[in-house]
Amino acid sequence: MTLVNGKDFKGRVHKALKDEELRANFRRAMDGLMGKRAMQFTDGDEWTRLRNLGESIKKRALSKLPELLERLEENCTKNGIKVHWARTVDEANSIILEILKSHDVKTVVKGKSMVSEEMELNHFLGDHGIRALEADLGEYIVQMAGQMPSHIVMPAIHMNKGQIAKLFQDNLPDTPYSEDAAELTAIARKELRREFMEAGAGLSGVNFAVAETGTLCLVENEGNGRMVTTVPPVHIAVTGIEKVVENLSDVPALLSLLTRSATGQPITTYFNMISSPRKEGEKDGPKEVHLVLLDNGRSKVYRDTETRDTLQCIRCGACMNHCPVYTRIGGHAYGGVYPGPIGKILTPQLEGLDEYPEHASASTLCNACVEVCPVKIPIAKMLVRLRDENSGNCPHGEHPLKGRGAKSSTIENAGWSGWAAMNASPATYKVATTAMSRIGNLLPQSAPMLKEWTSVRVKPKFAKKTLHQMAKEMGLKDE
Amino acid sequence: MNKIAKQEILDNLRNASPSKGDFVTDNSVIYDKKWTQEQKIERFCQVTSAVNTQIKQTTLHDAQRDLIDLLTEKGVRHLMQGSPSPIAKEITDNWTAMDTGVKLRSFDQKIEACKEELFSVDASLTTTLGAIAETGSLILWPTREEPRLLSLVPPIHVALVYEDRFFNTFLEAIEQEQWTTHMPTNALLISGPSKTSDIEQELCYGVHGPKELVVMIIRNN
Ligand code: SF4
Repeated sequence: MTLVNGKDFKGRVHKALKDEELRANFRRAMDGLMGKRAMQFTDGDEWTRLRNLGESIKKRALSKLPELLERLEENCTKNGIKVHWARTVDEANSIILEILKSHDVKTVVKGKSMVSEEMELNHFLGDHGIRALEADLGEYIVQMAGQMPSHIVMPAIHMNKGQIAKLFQDNLPDTPYSEDAAELTAIARKELRREFMEAGAGLSGVNFAVAETGTLCLVENEGNGRMVTTVPPVHIAVTGIEKVVENLSDVPALLSLLTRSATGQPITTYFNMISSPRKEGEKDGPKEVHLVLLDNGRSKVYRDTETRDTLQCIRCGACMNHCPVYTRIGGHAYGGVYPGPIGKILTPQLEGLDEYPEHASASTLCNACVEVCPVKIPIAKMLVRLRDENSGNCPHGEHPLKGRGAKSSTIENAGWSGWAAMNASPATYKVATTAMSRIGNLLPQSAPMLKEWTSVRVKPKFAKKTLHQMAKEMGLKDE
Repeated sequence: MNKIAKQEILDNLRNASPSKGDFVTDNSVIYDKKWTQEQKIERFCQVTSAVNTQIKQTTLHDAQRDLIDLLTEKGVRHLMQGSPSPIAKEITDNWTAMDTGVKLRSFDQKIEACKEELFSVDASLTTTLGAIAETGSLILWPTREEPRLLSLVPPIHVALVYEDRFFNTFLEAIEQEQWTTHMPTNALLISGPSKTSDIEQELCYGVHGPKELVVMIIRNN
């Protein structure tokens, strides 16, 4: 069932491009999201100052990351939250399995968590006899369909009402076909209420973890996040190590940037700040709260001060909403957990360039993502860096990335050395350009290097005369 | 294993070259958001009404009558509050003496003992710590007396805010009230009834939390 796979990106792109229903679903959704976001940032001055603030908060937090993680652990522990550290997805999964087993949990209800997607946690728990049930409506739909989220904020954005109506009718007992969104929502509400009451544990992600107070913050509209963190006796929160911020007073700016950029809302319905398990005398709330801090490649991304900026991301999804590539191919084509521009830079860094060789190239570098990113991640610059590393060149990187040189080819390298040699002397340059004007048009499309070029473009037509010849004929002096 | 993992992660991070720059935090863009007392209330109402919150402005003197009218109109049979109730006596006193048809119940046991009951009442009544003008948010600060599920499980949530408890921004509330010295088990901002737009971006209210949120603003006169 797993769809995490970087290979055959092109195949999936071609398939997605031909799927008219999918393209219509994305076009409609992205237009809506872009419009709503624009309404939130009509005051250019406020936008500029707020995103400078957001950027500085995240940069400051990253500049002291190890110290803040220790402070977070210390304060969470003081508050009664148990903190776990996981280097890899496997470690994080086993930590969670152990906790669930020790409480004899059969069903865990989940709030939205991209990190748990990264861990393929549902699959893992399923293999160990524990049912993981998604409770966010979009995630619930996607899980029922046996798919992965196609957007980090709106998981089921690739589906339309008809498809969802059919899915509910086929999978839920006594459910008639209905294309009414309110009715579909009501069905899910009813189904999930009992699950919240009966589940042995709840699992959630974290939007911001506050080191100063040991507080876990969750952003959501539906209330499922509050349900899973309040009703079951055990709450497990999973987060990437980059989500820590220094102070509680850092949170309002990031929260504002996040919700306005993501869905164009001034704020979400719920902003949930959890600082401890149920205290003596309190009547509700989980008796145990666990926090799992996952690295999974992040500390490697951190090593290089240029790639470190990737970790500023607050997962608002604005970059994908504004991406002309994402809008046309949808989220699944990327084959990773994180689609769109952020996915293009994050996934190859976490998983290796050799696993995701096409990601960095699937961009026109139009800069739309950079313009809307609320924490000013230089995504386009990072894509260029990744392209460089893909071909094995990296003049500016302090640390080569995993899978570096994945796309370098002997022919291409030889070609470039030849190109360098040709340009080094006027005589060879002249010979080569003249030769191209004579025989260039005779080269077959399948010639080395021309083949790559023409895979997505028409074959170039070589002029009969070189630029130098024409200039000479016009009487310009060759100096 | 936990210790080794922690050590290795921290070592990796510590071995990295330090970030360049000093990253000064300039919150002035937030501090610039300032309104007068009346403007704050007005803005709060405007922003939160846009996401379907119902607003009732009243006084402590009229609050009980207004509340009962509102609940009766909505057909509420059971209203649940905290225990011992932190709601002003003026609002809940002599409730039974009034011929309301709405039963007032208390969240007086641990959730394990009253899950079914809580999941079956049709409305709840809670206090708030205040409200935020910028984003139209209520600040909830659940306590032993007033558990956090009260504002989540029943389909209708009625929340009380006093007129002198309006803040300009979330940041102002955190700083003025010195939250960092006494964070509760769970603090919440609530901005409207529960909602989703996961299906074709069509807005629907009441997914997992309350379908209706009513804010009663208690005026001084
Ligand atoms: S990269 Fe920027 S725009 Fe994209 S999800 Fe992250 S924070 Fe949002």
